[in-house]
Amino acid sequence: MDEKIRSILTEHGRFPMDVADIGDEEDLFEAGMTSHASVNVMLALEDEFDLEFPEIMLRKSTFESVAAIRAALVELIGT
Amino acid sequence: MGSMSTGPSVRVGADLVAVRSVAESIACFGDRYVRRIYTEHEIASCVGPPSVMCAGLAARFAAKEATLKVLRPSGHRPDWLSLEVLRHPEGWCSMSLHGYAAVLGADAGIDELAVSLTHEEGVAAAVVVALCFGADSLDAQGTRDLELIGVG
Repeated sequence: MDEKIRSILTEHGRFPMDVADIGDEEDLFEAGMTSHASVNVMLALEDEFDLEFPEIMLRKSTFESVAAIRAALVELIGT
Repeated sequence: MGSMSTGPSVRVGADLVAVRSVAESIACFGDRYVRRIYTEHEIASCVGPPSVMCAGLAARFAAKEATLKVLRPSGHRPDWLSLEVLRHPEGWCSMSLHGYAAVLGADAGIDELAVSLTHEEGVAAAVVVALCFGADSLDAQGTRDLELIGVG
């Protein structure tokens, strides 16, 4: 799962650095991801994992780190 | 500064979006991106060549983000579709809140949101201003003294 998350972040996160250099708990917005880029990340995650993020999960904290994204996906689809 | 304020307060939000990023989102996710973020009215308001359409949509995305800065949600954020830019026949725009966004607006005592959109050289921006009537600006009957701020 982490590999897919990082691949999506690389393609859609528009980071000014290599996503591999971003730690699991590191803040993705502080690392350079814009709000608009986070929408693309969300849509790409939905495509990849065949799900839809409900409004209740539309919070900055859901997408603020690799670990947070993983936790959200696990909550939505299980392991 | 007095220790207690009984008048309305002002909240301002601003945001900036690269028009190119909207064009890339449409190229990548197509209608799914557009329908997830923009209302029918907003889509209908952004017609013309792709560059013009993307600039209009980028400005509207900026307006939605600027509105979030005004609403200051402490928990989850409202869906993008609940934050709508209304374009009036004369050309000016206003923000309309629906669903959870409207709840946040009511909680903040916001009656109306003023918005200004602009785009130039591949960048779109929006500024949103709200006048907030907190609970302490209500009189004993729960009405607002609009005369105090020169409204009405």
